[in-house]
Amino acid sequence: MNWLNWLDQFIEVLVALAAAPLLLGWVNMCRAWLQNRSAPSLLQPYRGIRKLLHKDAVLAHNASSLFRIAPYIIFGTMVAAAAMIPMLGTRLPFTAAADAIALVGLFAAARMFLSLAAMDVGTAFGTLGARREMMVGFLAEPTLLMVIFVASLMTATTALPLIAENLAAAQLAIHPSLLFTAVAFAMVMLAENARIPVDNPATHLELTMIHEAMLLEYSARHLALMEWAAALKLFNYACIGLALFVPWGLASNGDPIRLGLAIVLLAGKLAVIGAGLALIETLSAKLRVFRAPEFLATAFLLAVLGLLVRLLQVAR
Amino acid sequence: MLLRASRRPGGAPESALTTLLALVTAWLAIGLAGLIRPRSLEFAGRALFVAGAVVGLLLAIVAAMSIALPAESVVLPIGLPDLPVHLRRDALSSVFLFLLGSASVGISLFAAGYFRSGEGTLPGVLCLEYHLFLAAMAMVLLADDAYAFMVAWETMALSSYFLVTTQHRIPEIRRAGFLYLLIAHVGAIAILLAFGILQGGSWQFTFDAMRGAQLPPIWAFAAFALALFGFGAKAGLVPMHVWLPEAHPAAPSPVSALMSGVMLKTAIYGMLRITFDLIGTPTWWWGLIPLGLGLFTALYGVIFAATQSDMKRLLAYSSIENIGILFTGIGLAIVFHGVGMDAMAALALIAVLYHAINHAFMKSLLFLSTGAVLHATGERNLGHLGGLIHRMPWVAWLTLVGVLAIAGLPPLNGFVSEWLLLQAFLLAHEVPKPFVNMLLPLGAALLVLSAALAGYVMVKFYGIVFLGQPREAALHDAHDASVLERVGLVWLAAGCVLLGLLPAQIVPMLAGVVADLGINASAAVTSAQSWWMLAPLPARSISYAPLVFTLAVVSAVLVTVLVGRLVYRRRTRRADPWDCGYERINPRMQDTAEGFGQPIRHLFQPFFAMDRELPSPFDRAPRYRVVVFDRLWRLLYLPIERIVQRAANAVSVLQQGRISAYLLYSFVTLIVLLASVL
Amino acid sequence: MNTIPLDLQIVNALAALLLLLSFSMLSQRRIVSLVNLLAMQGLLLTVATLMVAWRTGETHLYLSGLLTFALKVLFLPWLLHRLIRRLEVYWDTEPLLNIPGTMLVGVLIVVFAFGLAQPIAELASETTRNSIGIAVAVILLSFLMMITRSKAMSQVVGFLSMENGLFFGAMSTTRGMPMVVELGIALDILVAMLVLGVFFFQIREQFDSLDLHHLESLKEGD
Repeated sequence: MNWLNWLDQFIEVLVALAAAPLLLGWVNMCRAWLQNRSAPSLLQPYRGIRKLLHKDAVLAHNASSLFRIAPYIIFGTMVAAAAMIPMLGTRLPFTAAADAIALVGLFAAARMFLSLAAMDVGTAFGTLGARREMMVGFLAEPTLLMVIFVASLMTATTALPLIAENLAAAQLAIHPSLLFTAVAFAMVMLAENARIPVDNPATHLELTMIHEAMLLEYSARHLALMEWAAALKLFNYACIGLALFVPWGLASNGDPIRLGLAIVLLAGKLAVIGAGLALIETLSAKLRVFRAPEFLATAFLLAVLGLLVRLLQVAR
Repeated sequence: MLLRASRRPGGAPESALTTLLALVTAWLAIGLAGLIRPRSLEFAGRALFVAGAVVGLLLAIVAAMSIALPAESVVLPIGLPDLPVHLRRDALSSVFLFLLGSASVGISLFAAGYFRSGEGTLPGVLCLEYHLFLAAMAMVLLADDAYAFMVAWETMALSSYFLVTTQHRIPEIRRAGFLYLLIAHVGAIAILLAFGILQGGSWQFTFDAMRGAQLPPIWAFAAFALALFGFGAKAGLVPMHVWLPEAHPAAPSPVSALMSGVMLKTAIYGMLRITFDLIGTPTWWWGLIPLGLGLFTALYGVIFAATQSDMKRLLAYSSIENIGILFTGIGLAIVFHGVGMDAMAALALIAVLYHAINHAFMKSLLFLSTGAVLHATGERNLGHLGGLIHRMPWVAWLTLVGVLAIAGLPPLNGFVSEWLLLQAFLLAHEVPKPFVNMLLPLGAALLVLSAALAGYVMVKFYGIVFLGQPREAALHDAHDASVLERVGLVWLAAGCVLLGLLPAQIVPMLAGVVADLGINASAAVTSAQSWWMLAPLPARSISYAPLVFTLAVVSAVLVTVLVGRLVYRRRTRRADPWDCGYERINPRMQDTAEGFGQPIRHLFQPFFAMDRELPSPFDRAPRYRVVVFDRLWRLLYLPIERIVQRAANAVSVLQQGRISAYLLYSFVTLIVLLASVL
Repeated sequence: MNTIPLDLQIVNALAALLLLLSFSMLSQRRIVSLVNLLAMQGLLLTVATLMVAWRTGETHLYLSGLLTFALKVLFLPWLLHRLIRRLEVYWDTEPLLNIPGTMLVGVLIVVFAFGLAQPIAELASETTRNSIGIAVAVILLSFLMMITRSKAMSQVVGFLSMENGLFFGAMSTTRGMPMVVELGIALDILVAMLVLGVFFFQIREQFDSLDLHHLESLKEGD
């Protein structure tokens, strides 16, 4: 493990931290364009965070300390998750410490803290949001793991950077199983990041909201952290998708030039993903809450079918 | 196989087995000492339980140190004439003794602070039953012949029955105890029959003879099936699970913890002992039965857990889920072992052992915390709890550890065993059997689904009990746990954390145990493994280093907090909750336990039999009522009950009430006996 | 990873999509969408046939591909849509087994089909292994759809989709059936559709509904 790899790891986390709100801004911008609205600035999410950091925090009377530390824990887990995902290079020193299963576990931990924090004040909206979030979560989590399983069947490892490296090194071929899982992953990504068919990130006063319902009692710095963590989560998911399905162009060593190249390439890939996300959100309508499990069950089914198709290929 | 042969007859004076026996005797002595002053809570209810905890600690230490030692056995000339008690300690026993000892430390300490006077059974009697229960479980783990095993097994069942019915004045509790006793005995009969088959015509009921017996495959399978039924009944495998959700809420919390955390594991021990040690060479397809049942049990348990509104029933169903996971692992190990993939079999079995220990810690922790809540509030119903994190911070924060652990979140212990099991499942497609190699990976999907649902259940449990606003006015007077109770909880929570952080120390030990069972475990621990990193299976680059992982997450959180302190300069003030501007919030607006379970009820409708009462829109006093039943009651148990009733009615024809009729019966019996002798 | 020629990769991918379409059919309650899915299946078949034709250079496969296109993408869907409009059946009633349950059975069927295909695929060349398994799965899934639906219309769609699976299996493993057989089958389907169309009108005349419950009292004395 040379120091360049450590540098790579460090730069990666910094890039994730800095660029996550940018991705969100880009998605919002594309969405506005597609819907014939004048687009907000690309930097709008940063402004939002800055504004929140300049306000007094207001806590409910009966908010416990769990409520107060949850934003830090959620934000911290998202930062740690960013360190496990190969965004720029695949030789991350962190590879051996935590594999994709641990990554999914980390996301689950963040979700659990978010839901618990939402239940803490004891408002109607909070508990409702928590319940729905867990409902989405318990279907999305197995789907994500099945997606990762398919990739790990092809590469004999569960470490995400190694999966990406092996997939990129393999000969270019159409893998039907990866087609299935890519769709499944996209569906999970929409659901997990509170995007449109499952949740609507743009509305507040709606009985069908999930993610926003859990943040209602947060303000100022806590809210800023939560919003930033949500942006990071989207960024992380996008990068997991890239590592699994478009793994080409990751630097396989810590060479600074290749790293620079990888940053440019990542920006390009994310721009496409963001635009695609905006397109999906514009084209689809919000599902009723009780259709959301059907949506996710479909994703689960797709992932399972991908697994079966893969098994048919490798079976002796 | 080699290790099995090496045994030291008699045993050296300071052998581990002798020490363990001395400690078990100490438990018995403590129990009997309770009868000296049975009414004194200070003596029988406090001091003796602390002493029991110390014995438990010593037992755990001795057992842990003896895991790597060769097996040793001893023959004690007690019991019936010509029927001495054979005892043996090998690696498998040691692991489970460690589980028993270490979990009992926390439970006994908690119990020392828990029991109050005037609650049913006298403290002294309770102390006797409790320690007899502990000693019986230890003897089950040490027994080396069918006779000793069954005696210990029955003692365990009876002592726990008396513990369950501590508050025997309540009819439901008596009913729950009866159900428990009934199923325990049906299971015991199956186990006894399994032993009867295993002796293989030699009529030697020592385990040694059983190991040596050569059984025809069909009989070996019969023994396996009987053992699966018998131990499954004890462990709570669906469909023999019905006693668990009745008995656990009925028992006092430390007893629930002991039963759920430890006693269920003795059944796992028995299953492993019979399958891998006494039968020795299970055929691969046997594994599909526990695997399928286990997966079904896991899903069934967790789905029912999500719909419960009594917190102890919820935990009981969650125990059923975990038993399902354990049986899944056992099944997977049998399949792998049967087709010669020993490295994966070893991995699956290590996962089983690890999960057994994990579950002992986390489930005991959760049951004890429900005990603390129960004492503080007098409520078991989730609908009357809430907001206890303010009144009971110790219990609340320690419970959070258990909740996160049982939801399988890294870096806690539940994650480690699930990680190991998933890694084993990931290779299931290499089993060279058609159909099976496609079905097994789907099992992984079910396993992951139930693990994710466990997260749902735990958010419900924790969120409703400890968070939100108190749902009853009385909850404002709730008090935190006493000092001894806190120590017990801290011990178990610390166990959850340590087991999660140090798997690289524990897994090689467990690999030794698995090797002792005749499975080549050398590949389950690779050279890449170090004291901080887990790295099984050489052909695949898989590894997990919880210490580094935790360090990364914790430092990320700490840096966030620190930077937040530095950057943020504004004040923090308190106000009423906002709730989208709604002003008159009251606690009844929070989600209830039933509400929280509603998505699950909706999604998994076929599992439930529901009794629903919906108000009409014009009701003056609307009442919403839903009762969820276990469908298996109606499908399985009630028909059986009817058959038994009918059989009993048929038999009652014999009861004539006339002396001459009874004399006639005796006469006929005598004739038949004489005829058969001739 | 050993190299598979690109055209076979594409056939494999098409096979996977065919499977996906079968599952979409299982989950679809709207009959109009069901017909559209059937048309898409036909389109996939056409492309797959043309791929195989291009690879083997056999002219009759080109013909067969064109025939598939004309019949299964254009004519039959058009006919079915017309029937739907005329008969005004847009929705199937609640299927006999609910959708998630059907899906679960579907997954098990896929496992069964794939397991069944393994020994066959060992005899066949390495590259067609995928296709055989999927063809068997599509046939069985269509069968499942016919079992769980109650409207005659959806059963016809299931029947046609079953034929698609058969066709795909034959085409991908044996490089197509003899032209005469294919023409015969195409004609059969055509006639069957026309007859069924007439039959539907008769059923509705008789019972005022296309629900098959009305045809179920086959035993006398009910």
